[in-house]
Parts: sequence; C-alpha cells; structure tokens
Amino acid sequence: MRDHLKFILNGEVRRVDKVDPTATLLNYLRDSQGLTGTKEGCAEGDCGACTVTLTQHAPDGGVEHKAVNACICLLPMLDGKSVTTVEALQGKAGQPHNVQKAMVDQHASQCGFCTPGIVMSLHAAGLNADRLDGETAPDILAGNLCRCTGYGPILKAAEALGSKGEAAPVRSDLSALESLVGEDMTSGETKGRRFFIPTRLDQLDTLCADHPEATMVAGATDVGLWVTKAHRQLETVIYLNQISELKTIRTGDDTLWIGAGVTYEEALPALSKHWPDLGELVRRLGSKQVRNTGTIGGNIANGSPIGDMPPALIALEASLHLRGDRGRRTLKLEDYFIDYGKQDRTPGEYVEGVEIPLPDKVDRLRCYKLSKRFDVDITAVLGCFDIAVREGQITSARIAYGGMAGIPKRASHVENALAGQPWTEATIRAAMHEYKHDFSPLSDMRASEEYRAKAAQNLLLKYFLEMQGDRSQTRLVGLGSNLS
Amino acid sequence: MTGVGPISGDATPSRISGGVRRSVSHDSALKHTQGSALYVDDIPTPLNCLNVHIALSDRAHARILSVDLEAVRGAPGVVCVLTASDIPGSNDVAPVFGDDPMFVVGAREALVQCAGQSLFAVAAETLEQARHAATLVEIEYADLPALLDIEAAMQAKAFFEEPYQFVRGASESAISDAKHQLSGRIEMGGQEHFYLEGHAALSIPAEDGDIVLHCSSQHPSEIQHKVAGMLDVPNNAINVQVRRMGGGFGGKETQGSLPAAVAALATRLTGRPAKVRYDRDDDMRVTGKRHDFRIDYTVGFDDQGRIDGIEMDQAARCGMSHDLSLAICDRAMFHADNCYYLPAVTITSYRCRTNTVSNTAFRGFGGPQGMVGIERVIDEIAHHLGKDPLDVRRANFYASSGTASDRNVTPYHMTVEDCVIDDLVDDLVASSDYHTRRDEIRTWNENSPVLKRGIALTPVKFGISFTVTHLNQAGALVHVYSDGSIHLNHGGTEMGQGLFLKVAQVVAEEFQVDLDRIKITATDTAKVPNTSPTAASSGTDLNAMAARNAAKTIKGRMIQFLAEHWSVVPSSIVFDAGQISSGAHAMSFDDLAHSAYMERVSLSSTGYYATPKISWDRKAGRGRPFYYFAYGAAVCEVAIDTLTGENRILRADLLQDVGQSINPAIDLGQIEGAFVQGAGWLTTEELVFDAAGILKTHAPSTYKIPTISDRAPDMRIHLWDRGKNREDVIYKSKAVGEPPFMLGISALMALSDAIAQARPDNAYPDLGSPATPERVLMAVEREGQK
Repeated sequence: MRDHLKFILNGEVRRVDKVDPTATLLNYLRDSQGLTGTKEGCAEGDCGACTVTLTQHAPDGGVEHKAVNACICLLPMLDGKSVTTVEALQGKAGQPHNVQKAMVDQHASQCGFCTPGIVMSLHAAGLNADRLDGETAPDILAGNLCRCTGYGPILKAAEALGSKGEAAPVRSDLSALESLVGEDMTSGETKGRRFFIPTRLDQLDTLCADHPEATMVAGATDVGLWVTKAHRQLETVIYLNQISELKTIRTGDDTLWIGAGVTYEEALPALSKHWPDLGELVRRLGSKQVRNTGTIGGNIANGSPIGDMPPALIALEASLHLRGDRGRRTLKLEDYFIDYGKQDRTPGEYVEGVEIPLPDKVDRLRCYKLSKRFDVDITAVLGCFDIAVREGQITSARIAYGGMAGIPKRASHVENALAGQPWTEATIRAAMHEYKHDFSPLSDMRASEEYRAKAAQNLLLKYFLEMQGDRSQTRLVGLGSNLS
Repeated sequence: MTGVGPISGDATPSRISGGVRRSVSHDSALKHTQGSALYVDDIPTPLNCLNVHIALSDRAHARILSVDLEAVRGAPGVVCVLTASDIPGSNDVAPVFGDDPMFVVGAREALVQCAGQSLFAVAAETLEQARHAATLVEIEYADLPALLDIEAAMQAKAFFEEPYQFVRGASESAISDAKHQLSGRIEMGGQEHFYLEGHAALSIPAEDGDIVLHCSSQHPSEIQHKVAGMLDVPNNAINVQVRRMGGGFGGKETQGSLPAAVAALATRLTGRPAKVRYDRDDDMRVTGKRHDFRIDYTVGFDDQGRIDGIEMDQAARCGMSHDLSLAICDRAMFHADNCYYLPAVTITSYRCRTNTVSNTAFRGFGGPQGMVGIERVIDEIAHHLGKDPLDVRRANFYASSGTASDRNVTPYHMTVEDCVIDDLVDDLVASSDYHTRRDEIRTWNENSPVLKRGIALTPVKFGISFTVTHLNQAGALVHVYSDGSIHLNHGGTEMGQGLFLKVAQVVAEEFQVDLDRIKITATDTAKVPNTSPTAASSGTDLNAMAARNAAKTIKGRMIQFLAEHWSVVPSSIVFDAGQISSGAHAMSFDDLAHSAYMERVSLSSTGYYATPKISWDRKAGRGRPFYYFAYGAAVCEVAIDTLTGENRILRADLLQDVGQSINPAIDLGQIEGAFVQGAGWLTTEELVFDAAGILKTHAPSTYKIPTISDRAPDMRIHLWDRGKNREDVIYKSKAVGEPPFMLGISALMALSDAIAQARPDNAYPDLGSPATPERVLMAVEREGQK
C-alpha cells in the first residue's frame, strides 16, 4: 500500500504526502506550486477557466489526453497520471505553442482570463488529434465560457489549427506513466481524514465493508461541488477511478453493459451507435471536460432528480447492478429511485454497472432535453420516449422524465392511455391530458411549474410528429437539425 | 466594407510598426495565452498575507437585534473580525450618495437592507478558515417587510427621487389626435456581468500607515478616495494600482470599493498584507447587476406607423441604495428615442428603491433598456398595421445629417447633427439581403408546423459622453527615457477592451516610433490623479487625447531643441518612422532622446483633455449631454420550437459606425462580443430571486451566459466604411465599447417576429425578456387578448 500520491506535473514527477482527501488540483497548482496561469472562474466545473490536460493510460494500452476542470478535480484522482498546465506549453526558448500562436493571430483573447482554459482545451484536442473545425470546435469548447469575444475569433483560431494543434513535445509518455505504477492501492490519512484508491473490485468490496460511511468518488463532477461549493469536509473517501473492472463496455447478444466507472465520453460511441438520440443527450449533458471525468454510474448512483442518464435508461428498460460485501443484486433502474434523496442502496453497496437491452430492429428512443441554454446546462425538463407501434396500434410505451418530480419517473398514466390505442394524433392529444395524474412539477430557477407541465405534454406531441417525418422538421439543434 | 486590416484615413500612412489604423494584436495577447498575464489573485503574496472573507446577509430586510461573534473570533486561524466599529472613518463604500455601508454589524443603525449585503468580515490565515469561521456567527434578526420588485416599490411609491421627466411638445393631445393608438407594457430582466475574473483586492502595508492596493477595478481613483475616507486618512496615503481586469463591463465601476476597503481595513488593524477575493457565488450575490426595467407606453401614430405622440413610463429596480442608478435611469431616458424622432413626447422615470442588491453600471448604462422600450413600441405598431417593422422604423428615423428637415430634436432638446442611420441601414439592408430573406422566411414558415423562423433589423444611436459632465476629463503621463524608450501611463483601465493598446498606438503615431518602444503600464493613482472611471465607452476618446497631448508637449520641446541644435525653423522638422529630419539634417529618435537629455531638456510630461461642447441642465432636462452619437444596426434571424419555446440565433449581420478605426481588429472584437452579450441578456440570461428576495442564480450552473455553441453559425460583422466622426475625436474614430451591445436587441425583435407567425390568431406576441424557452412558449400559447 502506497501512502502518498505520485503523479507528473509539467513533465516532472511529484510525490505528495499528507494529502487532504479532497484537496483540489486547482488549489494545489495555484497555492502551492505558484502556477497561477490556471484560473478559478467558478469552482464548479462550469466555466472552464481552470482547464488542464490530463494524460493517462488509455484502455487500449496507449495514452490518452483529456481536458479536465482542475477546480473539481480532486488530487487523489491524479495518482499515476500526468498533468500539463498552460505554463508548460511554450517551447524551451519561449516560442509559443501552435495553439497560443493561433489564438494571438486571430485576436482571440480580450480580457484574457478565460484564455488559458481555452488554450488547454485546444491543446488536449490537438494531442488526441481531434479534428478541429466549425462543426467540432463548438462542442470541444462549449465548457469554456468567454464573456468578451463573442467566440468568433476563438472559433477561427480553432479552425486555423485544424489538426495541427499538437506541435510542442509531449512531455509525458507511456514510459513516464509506467514509472509511476507501484503498489496496487494508494491511501492516505491526514488529521483523521483518509482516502483510498483501490485498483480492484475485491479491494473495493473490503473497503466498503470496513467503511460503509465512506463517500465514493468516481469523476467528482458532483462530489467536487460538495467540496468547493457546500464546503463540506468528507471524512473517508474511496476513489473509484483506478478500478479497471468498473470501466468495461461490453456488447452482448441482447444487452449493452456499461461499467459504473465508464465516463460519459467513453460511453458516447457505444450509446450513439445504438441510440443516436441518447448519444446527443450525453453530448449535451456536460462539457467535454465534465464528460471526460464524470461517469454514467455516478450520474445514476447520486440519485439526482435532474440527472440526464436515468430517464433515458429507464425508457430503455435498463437494469442496475449493485454490488457489496453481501454480494450482488440486480434491479430495474426505475426501482432504484425511491424518493427525493432516497435510493435503494444500502451502506456498503455500490453501483457496478448498468445493463441496457439493445434495440430489436429500429431505434425508437427519442430524448428531449429542455434547458435555458442548449449546451452545458442542467435540465429543466427531460422527456425520453420509446413507443412501439405495430400495424397502427401502440403495442408498448415507455416514457420517463427528469425534472418533473423528486426522482426520475415514468409517466405511467400517459403510458396506459397510449397502450393498445391507434397511433394517431387524437390518441396523443387524449394522452396529453393524463400528465396531471403523473406529475406535479415544482417551480424553481430553471422553469416554472406551468412551463414544466405544458412542455412535458408537448414533448409527447413532438415525439409523435417526429416519428412521422424527418428530425429536420422538429429540431433546432444537434442531431438532424439542418437550420444553419 | 472594412474587415480586419489597415485602412486609410486622415493620418499619414506611416511606416512605423503598430501606429494607428492597424489591426495590432492586444498588447497582452501572448501573455493571456501563456497564463503569464497577472490578475490580482495571481500576484505573489507576502508570506504573512491574510485572507479575508466577507459574511453576507441572507435576509432581505431585517433589523439586527444581537450579534455574537465569540465563536467566530475563537475559530482556528482567525486573526481578527472586522465590523463597523473597527472603522476609523466613514462606514461607507458608496460612489456618490453615502448609502452603502461597508458593514452592517457594528453600524449605528444595524439594518440589513438586502440579501447579499456585507455584514462583517473575518481575516484568517487561510480563506477556508475565514469562510468557516464566518458561519459560526449568531445573529438575532427582526425581519421587516421587504419590497422586492418593481411592482412592490411602485405600489409603495418607494423612489430614490421624485419621478423625473423629459417633456417636449404636448404628448397627450398628440396621441389622442392621432389616427391610431396603442398602449402596452414590456418587462425586461436584469443581467449579471459575469466577468470571468471575480472581484479581488490585495492590500500591502507601506510606511507611515500608507497602503498600496492592487485591485480589479474600472475606477481606481474612486477606490483610493473611498478607502481614504474609510480609514480617515488623506487621499495621498492610499495608492491604487490596476494592471488589468479579467473583464469589467461596468461591474467594476463602483463595486470594487467594498473588497478594497475590507482588505485595507484588515491591513490597518493588523499591519499585515490582506487579500479579499470573492468566489463566484459571493461575487454574484454581493455585487449589483443591470437594472431590470418595466416600461409602459401609450403611442399615437398614422397609417404609415409614423409616431405623432408618445408617453413612456420607465420603472427601474435600483435596489437598496443609489449607487449610480440616477445616472443609469437618466441614460435610459436619453435612449428612449433611439433613432426615432418623437414629435411630442413625455418620458417619466421611476427609480425604485427595493430590498435587493443595489444595481449598478453595466455596458450601455440604462441605454439598452430605454432602447428596448421604443423598439418594442415600433414592433407593436408594425404588427398593428400589418407592416414590415423596418418600414415603420425608417418612417420614424431622425433626419439625416445635412438634410433640411427639422425632425432632428431629441426629447431632451438636443439637436442631432450627425445622424447617419438612414445611410447605414441602407447599406445593411443591401448587404444582409433583408427583404429577400424576410420573404423566404415567411414562405418557409408556412410549410413548417413546429419550427418557425423570424427576422428583424434594429438600429442603434448611442450618445457618447458621460452625462455627468465633470467626468469628461482625462490625464496622462508620458516619459521618454534617454535611450528613446517610452513609458506610457494614463487614467484609463484595461479590462480586455484594448484601451492600453489603442492609446499606445496613438502615442507611437505621434512620436513616429514602433509600438514596441512604448511600455504600457498599470493604471496608478500615484501617476495620474483624480481620474474618471473607464466607462461610458469614453476610454479611448478621453485617454488617447490626453496621452497625445502629453506626447505633443514632449515632442514640442524636442522640436524646439532640434531647431536650435540644427539652426532650422521648427516647422521644417519632421518625425517619420523613427527618424527626425529637417532638410539634410537627420537623427534617430533614440539619439534625439539622448541628445535632448544631455542638453537638459525635460522629456516627461503630463497631458490633459476635457471634452468640448457639452453641457447639461438636468433640472430643465435640456442641453447637449453628448459630444456625438455612435450608430449601428443589426439584422438577426432566429428560429423557435413552438412546442418547447427553445430558440436560437441562426444568422446575424452587424454593421457599426466606429468612425475611422484606430484598430479595426480590436473594434470588430468589441462589436462581436457586445452583440453576443446583448443577445444573451435578452435570451438565456435570467436572474431568479425567490420569494424571500434571495438570488437563486449565483453561479454559471444556474445563470447561463452564451457559450460558443450559441454563437450564430453565420455571423457577418463589419465596420461601416462610410463612417467618419464629424467631431474632433481622436483620429476621427468613434467610441465602440457600449453601442454594439444594443445590436443584440435585434434578437428579441426577431423572436417576436417568429412567435407572431406561430400564433393561430393575430395577437401581438407581447414577448418580454429574457426570452427563455419558457417565455417564448408562453408567448406562443398565450390566449390572444388583443
């Protein structure tokens, strides 16, 4: 067991002892390393000013580079990995990196405060040889807010880079990462607070049995905010991100398995392949930075009523696999959510993965996420629909919503009103009256009760209309939209 | 039309690198990208620096009955607790009216007037310790009834001053005599600045109890004066320095005084350096925002939509104190006409006092709200008459400069001498293909049941000058060192707008040296005193003139010296591209600097500038508050989803008159950024307060500024190539900071157009702002009432 963290910072190996279990990477960089190029804009992973590049082992055995938000990246998550900050981009003689040069040439900075984060998002994209153009750059940069430029010059800089973003020497490589690999578990304790970084499920089982009160952290895109926003002190933290067994994506004969530790970004290709709309939903769920760290399992386990994965997965009839010291059990995902803040998970139990039935022939899933801003916004209403029709009759209807109740919830009355009925607008309009029996939504800063109720019904109509024709008739953005 | 690149003008095309009319990159651009540009929180702090956290109220209106700070004082790491009773001077951080207490706790009248108000502060070894300690306070409150919104304040007649009016002509009879009448109301929300860098202040103790403050502020002089008043020391004991801000937008005009004063007081009490840095949530809770407005209108007009008479009541939520609200509400009135001649007009302004955070300056300073009001009126007139709103707009434009018409007097009796809106709109209509696209959109909508598109062209006329006349002055300080390198300083501050660069370009042009010979330096109250805020789009107009005057003084002395040295007449001496010559005589600028120094010629000078021609009689509502107007126009095309209210901008064509640009790339950047910010104000950016007056949207997770994917896929942005400032403004340029913000109004009007086409009846959409999916859906589905 290793009692300290070991990672690479800007090409140099760092050993950090006596780590606070929830110390953030941003504070470490700014306060103890004097690396003030990485900025704090919001401390909640929503503005991207703190973006850095994380380099780690890829599932295929190579290395991968991820833009991540340093503000909600907790230091123990870096164990065995490599971090590059904006200060390390320029050449030894001070010559600007291609990304930096492109940004200057295109007048892409004004006040400059968001700029290091944008540079790092482009840097990470370059290292991964991601295509950078007018189509891809808005998604790669949606997590980097800029209040001055209006984004045009930044987009031009990205386009000018094309795929030439990577030019400076990559200071870390596989052998550097391998030099960090040591024991099979790292842990630390300071002032009675401790953390564990297991690498195997059997270790996790034991830890869960010994520390049922522990907070489990995968990507920290939620728990990070407990620390930076709620200023909570977590006593015992178990980090899940080194357990490769939780990171499997497996396509079986009838189902797709997604391990709880799979990040949104890792799951995106498989989800998009089977359910294009689910792919688009995942894309809109968070910025690239958030998708690079946040996990499907975390989005389910935390039980949020506005997590975007559960309604879609409930509509797809997914099942949830829980594991703990007393063994494994499987339940329907919708049954996991009991009430606001209450899930069917006992202390010491954790989510192992989610299993989703594959579509038989046609993908009928449609997901409609309503929010004030299209990208990187929390859902006001999310409606997910999977309605099967045979010979003009509705044979089954699975409809689940987020943002409409204290938990992700099926619209059972609506489903019942549809089942067995003819697939006509009259049926749909009749079923729209049933929503009031399923939901009594609340008003909050995202939307009023009236809007939620009205929009939720309209989404059923939207689904109906959309299944009659082309998505281009019904979509403003994303998949199928041709309004540009 | 002009894109990025050098343009010709009345300056001699120079061979120096980085003179005027060049698209030079921002002076800090490379540093921005390298993370080496320092903001206040990046400045290395001395080892014993304290971190100070300000405790904020969570009550909107309450009397404090008792406070127990013992647990706070005893918490780990706490060095001292700061309350009003520790303040040697004045417990006030207000810019003008003395009504913003620095702390409520310990004040003579311990009255909480809004949620988010500063109660007291804790100085500790670490910020976490200070923040934690502050939560240990025990306060007993007696809640008082709170006025939270415009309606409540209007009912209670809670105003900061008597309703203020502009009156010209007899509006009431003009309206009733007109062929058509309409009346209505529009409500528009406020706006959070969301500068990426939150407020921060670092206080460093100096000798004699003096203090040096590093701040993120548009108004270092005001901070200097407020901190001195708070500490009861003369202004000369406080030195404020601002190298740059990570964005300002007006949010750092007055709001920097609180963190600076708190840091300075901690230094005074402990003798230690001290830092205040708001995290995002505190920043959004404690600082003022753009005023939300409600505008009621009654208008009379003819068959062409030409306005005969109009009355507008503007009500603004000012918050718990004056801040700059009176001037902001004035500017809303000054722009209630926008580009339109109003033959008989009454504008009445209500400055509502509420138990919410004191609203403050924000790009446009009330102008945008005033302008939305009249654009709304025009939109509704056009809808009523079944006309293209553009035709109604044009029917009401002020007479063009140089025409004989008398339709050129504003509601405040200023003659508009420089109106170019007709010509500018002509050019934009042509370049944007407005008419064809408007027809196409209507055809497209007929075949699109769910999605609807809309288009609108809106113009902008924005008055340039501080309407508080004495602020229209600036100072600069220029040194030429004996090696020919130049040090430049002036009263303006850099918040990303490129002011430092533009002023340096002007000085380079004047001395005819390359731009890199000029060292741009931090704004510093010890170098240039009594400065005005960098605000009102005036930064370049004022400071570049002052700096040029300083350079001219030095240049004059150099010429005098050379005339004697070479025995030539002064007028024969030419500065050109680093060389100074007269006939056969020639010398490099660097040699000249050295020679002049050896001959004991002063190579340092201040420069000063005060805007001419302006005057304003506020009591009479009459005068010439503006030196000139900046014009622009935008065509915006949008699409909405009629089932969900979701909406987006598809294309924007922007045309802005910046006169003859000093730096086209910088100006284009201002235009694009301002448009996006203006459109954000009117679409996605929504401030939500709960029933107790607590702000619920205080971070980017809940307050949504536009992100890169909201940018219209087709943006065509141009400087107007016929633009020229008829007044004697620096290199015939025009101010650009605020005017293009109001180009964003085209987005709201385009949404209105789309909604009108989505409604089954012919009712006017009545769309307020921000036009969130919710407001758009409700406007689509609202029962027709008209």
